[in-house]
Amino acid sequence: MTASPAGRASSAPLMGRDAEPTLFEISVPGRTAYQLRTTDVPARPLEELVPADHLAESPVAVAEVSERDLVAHVTRLSHRQFSVDLGMYPLGSCTMKYNPKFCDAVAADPALASVHPATPAALAQGWLEVFVDLEERLCAITGMAAATLQPAAGAAGELTGLLLMRAYHESRGDVRRRVIIPDSAHGTNPASVTLGGYEVTTVPSNDRGLVDLEALRGVLGPDVAGIMLTNPNTLGLFEEEIEGIAAAVHEVGGLLYYDGANLNAILGVVRPGDMGFDIVHMNLHKTFATPHGGGGPGAGPVAVAAHLVDFLPGPRAVREGEGFAWATPARSIGRVHGWHGNALVLARALAYIHVHGAEGLTRVAQHAVLNANWLRRRLAAILPAAHDRMCMHECTLRATPLKDAYGVRALDVAKALLEEGFHAPTVYFPLIVDEALMFEPTETESPQTLEALAQAIERIAARAATDPEGLHRAPQTTPVARVDEARAARHLIATADASRT
Amino acid sequence: MADYLPHTAEEVASMLALVGVDSLEDLYAHVPDVVRLAGGLDLPAGMTEPDAAALVAGYGSRNLARASELVCFAGAGAYDHEVPPVVRALAGRSEFVTAYTPYQPEVAQGVLQAIFEYQTLVARLAGLPIANASLYDGASALVEALNMAHGATGRSRMLVSSGVHPHWRAVARTFAAGTGHEVVEVPLVEGRTDWSGVDPEGVAAVVVAYPNYLGVLEDPAEARALADAAGGLLVVAGDPVAAGVLRSAGSWGADVFVGEGQPFGTALSFGGPYLGLFACTEAQVRRLPGRIVGETLDTEGRRAYVTTLRAREQDIRREKATSNVCTNQTLMAVTAAVQLGWLGTQGLREVATRCAQGAHYLFDELGALEGVAPATQGPFFREFALRLRHPAREVVARLAEAGILAGVALDALVAPGDRSIEAPEEVLLVTVTERRTRAEIDRYVDAMRGALQ
Repeated sequence: MTASPAGRASSAPLMGRDAEPTLFEISVPGRTAYQLRTTDVPARPLEELVPADHLAESPVAVAEVSERDLVAHVTRLSHRQFSVDLGMYPLGSCTMKYNPKFCDAVAADPALASVHPATPAALAQGWLEVFVDLEERLCAITGMAAATLQPAAGAAGELTGLLLMRAYHESRGDVRRRVIIPDSAHGTNPASVTLGGYEVTTVPSNDRGLVDLEALRGVLGPDVAGIMLTNPNTLGLFEEEIEGIAAAVHEVGGLLYYDGANLNAILGVVRPGDMGFDIVHMNLHKTFATPHGGGGPGAGPVAVAAHLVDFLPGPRAVREGEGFAWATPARSIGRVHGWHGNALVLARALAYIHVHGAEGLTRVAQHAVLNANWLRRRLAAILPAAHDRMCMHECTLRATPLKDAYGVRALDVAKALLEEGFHAPTVYFPLIVDEALMFEPTETESPQTLEALAQAIERIAARAATDPEGLHRAPQTTPVARVDEARAARHLIATADASRT
Repeated sequence: MADYLPHTAEEVASMLALVGVDSLEDLYAHVPDVVRLAGGLDLPAGMTEPDAAALVAGYGSRNLARASELVCFAGAGAYDHEVPPVVRALAGRSEFVTAYTPYQPEVAQGVLQAIFEYQTLVARLAGLPIANASLYDGASALVEALNMAHGATGRSRMLVSSGVHPHWRAVARTFAAGTGHEVVEVPLVEGRTDWSGVDPEGVAAVVVAYPNYLGVLEDPAEARALADAAGGLLVVAGDPVAAGVLRSAGSWGADVFVGEGQPFGTALSFGGPYLGLFACTEAQVRRLPGRIVGETLDTEGRRAYVTTLRAREQDIRREKATSNVCTNQTLMAVTAAVQLGWLGTQGLREVATRCAQGAHYLFDELGALEGVAPATQGPFFREFALRLRHPAREVVARLAEAGILAGVALDALVAPGDRSIEAPEEVLLVTVTERRTRAEIDRYVDAMRGALQ
């Protein structure tokens, strides 16, 4: 009789709903996958090269798997993951549009991807040209004078913008203490304000879901460094009184910061610079279709008006004669990234802009707004809008009627949509809307897909009347059912090595 | 003109009818005229992908530094390691590439479990129990470590060895303008931190790099003693490849480990996107920046993963959050987990060892040349600094003509007046990875001999 081999197979049944073993559970001592170049470099023992007191007593345990097992494991993990390529991802505020493969191919070109970041500028002219071309285009799109491409994400852009605000005021001998934020703002805004060394003053929204201009005037004063605004705002509504807001903030010497999370709605139609904004960050992983990578990488370039250019982070790629060079602005706030920014993300965004051009980008915005408004109207009987009028690229709807009638909440609707094969919308945000479900269909979804989403929501609403308990238990057809979040927080198991007891 | 919009003209018309407007422009009728852009964007017209292909290929063709043309001996935190087709294929799967942050765990187990495996690997490399789901890069990980130390101690004075990468220190200085932290950069003498004369009073963090950016293996015990004297945290900034064979940060008594994770499966990419590694002790877990994935169960008792300890994060805690980070570098973290899975225990040790062997071989060969002297004293691991007879920038330019990226000229890396090294314009920072052959190294030595004549 043959003994069974010890250890676990990497292959749980395909698309099965059993847990996939971890990399460590499929590990078998002595198994390898790696292959390295033959170098003929003299193989002196490590003990001769490094003093013994610096060497570990035993090698770090990684995992020991074959290449085939690694492929099976990671591929099976990928089958337990929703993505834009798989289906509609109407996650409000996140702009989960289709990411063109062309842009990925541009970033994968070894002529860009294999360049070392410390390469002298003379040997990396193409990369500096990418930066300059992208900066110029982003400035044209936002109506600003110059930009830094260093910030690695939107929140990094926010903090960079706040430090620019601080440097600007300090350069004028002006000490300011507070930054104004609407109550509908993303959480990164107040978190960034704190790290920028300012205090948050919250300004309420009015009954139209917009910044209350009178309330804003009430909190403005000479100690206000600026205001952070998203326009369209996080409810998906255009701040129609933006001219008055800008005038009021500028009147007290404050600056206007534009959170570019929702820039997709207004490409080619309205520019932040023309609305009076002094500082603008963009989320290239939203508006400019660079893929989100399961949570990153993104890129959060910050563009500024002329009076702030001298404070931008450096070095920046600039035109010099026929070519390109690095230059650091005279009163730069300093570096905000270990190198030049998320360069391959920047290259993808530039490719996206090249393909679309002026007219294409405008159509992107128009179709994003069309899809959101169509969905708002189509769902009005089931999920009323928080503010029932023309929205921009996203619509904030409420599950309040379902909750009142059947005890079915926004979370239940979201989880049931997962069973229907759609990603859920953003739930319970903005915080000021009861039972919020924020849908951002984006411009790349077809009317047929929007209709399928609407029908799925109709089925869920019908089920709410007959089987609310079933909805509380949704989803059942996904790789795992509803996850016990409280348990995870109560007893943290953050690694495979953590104690389970 | 090209785009990715599915709508036919008829469909647009019918959708507009349901919305109740006549044209796409009318969707913006409520936007005040005064802020509207007249005449459209000042950008070139769009083009089809095939038409754009030549345009975008032009950028790359104007780089002379691609790996196929220049053999890379530059490091400084960004290393030319083997990234095999299998890692590229797996990490490039669109289920990972085109997913958002795992807010709905029931349909995000793939990314969540991959992050959990990544956290396990980072924690093992750091010799610490907790790792987060990634930060932007090594520099941002350092900044978050300083913020954590402030949270842990209530103090603002940060002692940062000048052996920490100059760009990371620059980033820490930038963000200190907002947090009000006092960043004290402790000088190096002959490549090692001179902690003498440093007052530990009121110190929140002591930061030491192991190995430091000049390649030298310093003794972190001195920094630990200083942190103990101050009652502050010890932050060790490490090279994750070296961590495969060196004593771990945790074994030196680190409270926090930060590192640049690019060497694990991410191409040089002109500096980004890279990967900020962050690990810490259990005591600091409530102050952890950004996301962390935890293991739990679903309602049917099956193992499942979810982002946890969420009450620290910006979307819940807002101005009181431990950090403002939201989007991080998840795809690079997944890539690192896959690359480490491919390397395995034996492969990681082999790569680290070969880097050290190559670096010492090149160091010995260059050391025999006229006009070359070591710029530091003490043991090094895989990177070293040389003082040259001619300006390092000129030497780099000369060797590029011979098809070699000779290293990083230090005056291009450090800020004026930096206290890590004197006369940086004479100093070249050189690294060797497991990809460099003896023939390439010998060619480098010949080219250097010629350049120094």
